[in-house]
Amino acid sequence: MRLAGKGLIDSTKEVAFRFNGTTYRGFKGDTMASALLANDVKLVARSFKYHRPRGIMSDGSQEPNGLVELHRGNQITPNVRLTQQELHAGLDARPQNYWGSLEWDLLEMNDLLSPFLSAGFYYKTFMWPKAFWEKLYEPVIRRAAGLGKLSMQPNSDYHEKAFAFCDVLVVGGGPTGLMAALTAAEAGADVILCDEDFLIGGRLNAETYEIDGKPGSVWAAEMHARLAGMSNVRVMTRTTVTGAYDGGTYGAVERVSHHVAHAAGAPVETFWRIVAKGCVYAAGAMERPIAFRNNDRPGVMMASAMRGYLNRYGVSPGKRVVILGNNDDTFRTAHDLAAAGVHIAAYVDSRHDAQITGDFPIYTGRVVSNVKGRATIEGVTISSHDHSEDVMADCLGISGGWNPTVHLACHMNGRPQWNESIAGFIPVPGMVPGMEVAGAAGGTFSTHGCLKSGIFRAKEVLKAQGITARAPRMPQAEDAPYLIKPLWAVPGKGRAWLDFQNDVTVKDVKLAAQENMRSVEHMKRYTTQGMAPDQGKNSNVGALAVLADATGREIPETGTTTFRPPYTPVSIAAMGAYGQGDGFAPQRFTTSDAESRRMGAPMIEAGLWYRPSYFPKDDETHWRQSCDREVKMVRSSVGICDISTLGKIDIQGTDAAAFLDFVYTNSFSTLKVGRGRYGLMLREDGHVLDDGTTARLAEDHFVMTTTTAAAGLVMRHLEFVHQCLRPDWDVRFISVTEQWAQFAVAGPRSRELLNRVLDKDIDNDSFPFMGCGEVSVEGVNGRLFRISFSGEHAYEIAIPARYGDSIFKALLAEAKVLEGGAYGMEALNVMRIEKGFITHAEIHGRVTAYDIGMERMIAANKDCIGKTAAMREGLWGDEREQLVGLQPVGAVREMNAGAFLFETDAEAVSANQQGYTTSVGFSPEKGMIGMGFLKNGRNRKGETLKLVDHIRNVETLVVVSDLVVFDPKGEKARG
Amino acid sequence: MAKLVAKSPCAGLLPVTHGRVTLRELTFDRITSVAPFKGKEKVVSSALEKAVGAGLPDIGRLVTGREGQICWTQQEQYFVFDAELPRLNAAVTDQSDAWACVALEGDGTRDVLARLCPLNFCAMTEGDVARSLIGHMSAIIIWRSDGYDLMVFRAFAPTLVHELETIMRSIAAQAQIAS
Repeated sequence: MRLAGKGLIDSTKEVAFRFNGTTYRGFKGDTMASALLANDVKLVARSFKYHRPRGIMSDGSQEPNGLVELHRGNQITPNVRLTQQELHAGLDARPQNYWGSLEWDLLEMNDLLSPFLSAGFYYKTFMWPKAFWEKLYEPVIRRAAGLGKLSMQPNSDYHEKAFAFCDVLVVGGGPTGLMAALTAAEAGADVILCDEDFLIGGRLNAETYEIDGKPGSVWAAEMHARLAGMSNVRVMTRTTVTGAYDGGTYGAVERVSHHVAHAAGAPVETFWRIVAKGCVYAAGAMERPIAFRNNDRPGVMMASAMRGYLNRYGVSPGKRVVILGNNDDTFRTAHDLAAAGVHIAAYVDSRHDAQITGDFPIYTGRVVSNVKGRATIEGVTISSHDHSEDVMADCLGISGGWNPTVHLACHMNGRPQWNESIAGFIPVPGMVPGMEVAGAAGGTFSTHGCLKSGIFRAKEVLKAQGITARAPRMPQAEDAPYLIKPLWAVPGKGRAWLDFQNDVTVKDVKLAAQENMRSVEHMKRYTTQGMAPDQGKNSNVGALAVLADATGREIPETGTTTFRPPYTPVSIAAMGAYGQGDGFAPQRFTTSDAESRRMGAPMIEAGLWYRPSYFPKDDETHWRQSCDREVKMVRSSVGICDISTLGKIDIQGTDAAAFLDFVYTNSFSTLKVGRGRYGLMLREDGHVLDDGTTARLAEDHFVMTTTTAAAGLVMRHLEFVHQCLRPDWDVRFISVTEQWAQFAVAGPRSRELLNRVLDKDIDNDSFPFMGCGEVSVEGVNGRLFRISFSGEHAYEIAIPARYGDSIFKALLAEAKVLEGGAYGMEALNVMRIEKGFITHAEIHGRVTAYDIGMERMIAANKDCIGKTAAMREGLWGDEREQLVGLQPVGAVREMNAGAFLFETDAEAVSANQQGYTTSVGFSPEKGMIGMGFLKNGRNRKGETLKLVDHIRNVETLVVVSDLVVFDPKGEKARG
Repeated sequence: MAKLVAKSPCAGLLPVTHGRVTLRELTFDRITSVAPFKGKEKVVSSALEKAVGAGLPDIGRLVTGREGQICWTQQEQYFVFDAELPRLNAAVTDQSDAWACVALEGDGTRDVLARLCPLNFCAMTEGDVARSLIGHMSAIIIWRSDGYDLMVFRAFAPTLVHELETIMRSIAAQAQIAS
């Protein structure tokens, strides 16, 4: 019910929205919760387990009941708290967790079955037969329970993550936080003030307190404006600081566009990582409920939330209100409601000595022991130890006192301390380095105390940074004492709720204690109390108090469960922002990429690079046709392949040759200028790291080629060797991978093609096999290397990358004249398998130089990285799996990489495994060929084995053959 | 044979403007890496002083000379922009084609970078240089008076533009929401 003229809403701006299929109206400044209450909608949800009707309980992020689903399709967002969702045009919220309708939920039968559904019931009930758990019980239970559901489609919402830095992070924009921020800001510190609400002020907006003679909300708005006007202050509203992490890092989630109808490219949420030199934690306190029979009925609400709805939104939650409290703060609810003309049917205080006066019936030394009604409250039972009476009411406000919001202070596993005077846990100093807890979060509840605490704690944080701050003028505010006598649960029959979100009752906690779940952590897991989106914000202290009572211990002795981030739920999409689709990894495109795609080449990923698989011709319908043609083309004429993705490292210095001798197994100091050499590189553990060719451009200048996959790895390795092992050497290196667009020109007509392109002709004398040198194309200087990865007479030409696209097209145009053309990775792979050349399919990290038959490349006359380790027992000998060639011999010709080798008569199980294939390809000339590792393989040539692909269910008889099937003497490459 | 045609890394992708932030491509005539050989830092610095009008900058700094600029890029390594160099006692390589270079300018550039780069931009001033990340890409970031120069490997150009542009669009939308 809306009360005219009250609240901080803009009553000139009406907003229509939908809830549960019905259109309602509210105002700008409303949350969905306040707007629904203004429309007298009390039933908003169904409970987790028993599907009991539920209403709004709180006015903040701790709301356990009012969770709804927003948006449609793949953008469905579950578990949105009505108490935080701002009203905007077009908002359409749907209740969750019911079967049928919200009003008539068929699963409410669970409530009738409650005697069988107590804590731990499924552990006991669904034990037998074992197989039924996964197939029957779990799916059924999952369907019936749970909060919200996902679309199960990839979410198309946009999220962001961001970094921020400050000297002082102030968590909470209530009176404490505002004074802390002002103190720090006036001292010149960079300040970030975060508040999860869209309106700065905290409880000041929900109360009638005055500060400096002004309404608290007015003072807060003025302070907000003042801080926002300072260049060293950043005020972040709608931003919940969700976690405290190492090194002064805080996680925070900003709700960026939840409150607008059209995001227009803005993210739904931004996940912030805030690095702060210091932090004033001023997160306030949360009012806690009292457990009694049927205390979960729609219309039962926190007493402070009632004040919030009244004072901030001008909404009375009912017409006949009963209030139950155990502390003086609750008086304010009665007084505020009465002053607004709302009928107070009864004020009940469990304390005999409560000092409340008012023009309404007052019951001291009494409690509320039951709530009548189902989907709405019809009345409450007020009891003393010997008397009870029913009072008509449609709404009940409850307050069991206030719990300081200690969460973030405990995120580094610190345990809060019990404070008898406020009957609550408070943080202990130093729980999070650099954090000072201020105001209500530290157990100071009066406004005066909070303002003062904000100043003091900010000064402490600044002091740690060597800044002496002047205290701002202390505003005038109330300083009423907070008197409380704990009341956790009202004894009596029936179920009394502790955890509303997870349907955990006093009975469940007592049962846990009875079954010897005496530790609070065991009780939590047994009953599920404190789990789910609210993480027990409303219930933790109450539940452990009941547990303490049931186990005959004190509360401090019982202790709390562990507080873990996040404080409020953070969507995975926000934390993993940018990771969807292409955002998963950056993409690297070669200079020939556009032309290759224009030619219809499908691309395959190689690390972050994209490389063409093959270049299909119009009449080719299968990749094998293209691949076969390209292989034949290279073998008979000439082919062009972009190999720019291979790592290129420029190495210079007087010790460059010595450095290469150290990182490669073979010698490079003996390499002549103008020549290249194949090199093998080991890890420190003696296994193969990478291979490639390195060319000597000058006496102290080399250019190293790495594989595409290991370019970064090799660079890191070289940096390690230089910086840590041989910092004394004069050697410098830098990646030049991206400087050069490099193309393989391979085939018997490769030189002919190059001589059509190069400014000056080359011949076998100027560029012999493994020769290298400078060339020019149309006046552009480049480099030419006579290297072959195909076994053919071949070159690699490198031109500055700006001309990459142009030279690729030029090479293709000239190749066409010679009946040549482009070839892709498939053809490249077939040709290198024909030649027995290795890639990282073979040197996959577990193989040694011995395994690949290159042990003789480890030079005897010098040391190198990995040399000694490679000599270790077990890394060489007959037991090793050695690289061999494989060819099919039976009727089945199919061979797959990754398939395992077995003796023909052995069972194909891992114990009998003799080896495996690493690469296979179809050679147009030789048919199916492969490479693989086989135990003692080099001595088993001619042996027939069984190759079993367990995944594709293929069994092939293969013969161990020569590794090199094409031009074994290497005459073509040298010719 | 037809003449070779040069193509810049961000050709066809830039410039773009969203809200009050503009992203444009930077083209340098020449980028040269200079890594002074062991113990030759001073010699190289003086040689550069003569040739460019500025010596080697401090770690994390960029200096502007008579012609061209010199930028620290990593341990024992500097990039010289737009200057022809004499023979130096240093390992020198041509990096002119290896980098996609863009300038992020306008009101709100820090908001854009805060969403892609884990650096504290408020703590840095004009002429500061950092090696850090733009998204997942290793980058050289240079503070200019009117914005930031960002350099990533040439092949990342489309990803760089896409990631920056997405955020630029978002920041413009967020400004719209705030107003």
